[in-house]
Amino acid sequence: MTRVWPSAAKHVLLIAGALLMLYPLLWMLSASFKPAGEIFTSLDLIPSQPTLSNYTEGWNGLGQPFTGFFLNSIALCALAVMGNLGSCTLAAFAFARLNFPLRRLFFALMLMTIMLPFHATVVPQYVLFKALGWIGTFLPIVAPKFLAVDAFFVFLLVQFIRTIPRELDDAAKIDGAGPFRIFARVVLPLTIPALATTAIFTFIWTWNDFFSQLLYLGATVQSFTVPVALRNFIDVTSGSSWGQLMAMSLLSLVPIFGFFLAFQRLLLEGISTTGLRG
Amino acid sequence: MSVDRPSPLAGEGTRPGRREVPAHVGRPRTLHLSDRAREAVAGYVFLLPWLVGFLGLVLGPMVASLWLSLTKYDLLTPPRWIGGQNYLDLLTDPRYLQSVRVTLTYVGLAVPLRLVFALLLALVLNRGLRGLDLYRAIFYVPSLLGASVAIAILWRQLFGGEGVLNQVLRLLGWANPPAWVVDPRFAILTLVVLAIWEFGSPMVIFLAGLRQIPRELYEAAMVDGAGRVSRFFGITLPLLTPLVLFNLVLQMIGSFQAFTPAYIVSGGQGGPVDSTLFYTLYLYQQAFGSLHMGYGAAMAWILLAAIATITAVIFTSSRYWVFYMEQGR
Repeated sequence: MTRVWPSAAKHVLLIAGALLMLYPLLWMLSASFKPAGEIFTSLDLIPSQPTLSNYTEGWNGLGQPFTGFFLNSIALCALAVMGNLGSCTLAAFAFARLNFPLRRLFFALMLMTIMLPFHATVVPQYVLFKALGWIGTFLPIVAPKFLAVDAFFVFLLVQFIRTIPRELDDAAKIDGAGPFRIFARVVLPLTIPALATTAIFTFIWTWNDFFSQLLYLGATVQSFTVPVALRNFIDVTSGSSWGQLMAMSLLSLVPIFGFFLAFQRLLLEGISTTGLRG
Repeated sequence: MSVDRPSPLAGEGTRPGRREVPAHVGRPRTLHLSDRAREAVAGYVFLLPWLVGFLGLVLGPMVASLWLSLTKYDLLTPPRWIGGQNYLDLLTDPRYLQSVRVTLTYVGLAVPLRLVFALLLALVLNRGLRGLDLYRAIFYVPSLLGASVAIAILWRQLFGGEGVLNQVLRLLGWANPPAWVVDPRFAILTLVVLAIWEFGSPMVIFLAGLRQIPRELYEAAMVDGAGRVSRFFGITLPLLTPLVLFNLVLQMIGSFQAFTPAYIVSGGQGGPVDSTLFYTLYLYQQAFGSLHMGYGAAMAWILLAAIATITAVIFTSSRYWVFYMEQGR
């Protein structure tokens, strides 16, 4: 292939493509440091007079500092990660390793729910959570995570646990270990890579998940998460201070970007393997 | 049923007082009935959270949603049975029909284009390319960020009347370019561009698939004198079809549910002139804006039925175009 298509030309094209892909993000970064007048007049990526005022003013732009919104988002994501790690692992172990009546039926139903659109259940769920008095709290978003509703991760973990040799279970069984001990001492330690994938994706998806946060946390400023705060920030700035909006938007992406940089390999492998096994 | 015995795992074989432990090492899976029952109980204990979630938050709500869709319900007064009226109303609701049109346009453009870009880049990036990891990372990042509110806000700026795109176009001599995001002819296209920008995750799946194709196949084909084109259509593409199927279904289902970009770019309205009124956005407006919960539930059921039907059609058709290696050539 490389003989027919000289690799230098290929690299030039790829670099051009990569720059085009990155340009929006770079522009966002540069705009966040530009004074108000410069954003719409200059295409330069380097601000002529870099300023931090977009960050300092934007941080308090909603009348309430973004500190609280970030803390809300972080707490919400942390709880979601804990929920998914606990509940999905338990279900996955049951499906992958234990024999019980109706296992095949439940497994098929679990697989089907992976494809189920979020909106298919959102109306009655809202009615239920309202009846429970949960609107305005984290519970409508977090409680489903503790009940393994994110079937995708159950499936991911089932696939992973199936690759762990059963001989290890059998050896432990001979030593008198029951299912709980096999789960905690044999399977769980070997499942750590898949647990990490689960944790990272849960964090990123929860961080980005606007619909349910708008629905359940959008009423009072105290419960705003970062995406909801940003959405309200658009109205407040109403086009006048794009710099502040860009600065806050950029900050909202930092955790995702950080996770990506830290766990790049794990993330990419996670996608590849689940993709291949799906 | 004692489940947590204080015994070291790596202990020596049989232990006194545990007669039901199969001592015959050659057949460790032969379990006694009591063990089998114990395992079933353990299975349900492990499955309990999922089971509660499935019954209480998935299956229950789905049934409830079907019932609600046959009622008029505003959260304040009890639901009132109206039969199929919601469904009939939907058929004559111009905004609903518009939301269907917008969504089908979006899915029809975004999914194939995203997959084409993903496949193209995967082919270019495949095998032994210097800097592969860096390129892959750069092309992948947008798919992690793209669903966020922040990127939707950025898009609103980039494709706005005074946005970056128009600054470039004016430099190139187009004096009066359209204000893309507020122009009903183009608003949906800016969202399609955003969707294409996120081609990274199917690309990574394709890349992994390409790496699975045995090199010997290419070597054998080259011995037979096959050129690049015939190697692509004879080997690469057929062996990638299972992943094309996987990505197609996944992306299709995901695109039907797109919400954030349309909501942010149009300020929650689906405008201009309903040109970005995504299905989910209209559902949100009806169910949670106007508190037409029954109407929203009916919309949700139609969406579910549509996605299920399209998925079924894709899977049925797949036997004609998906190639599995085990079936031989």
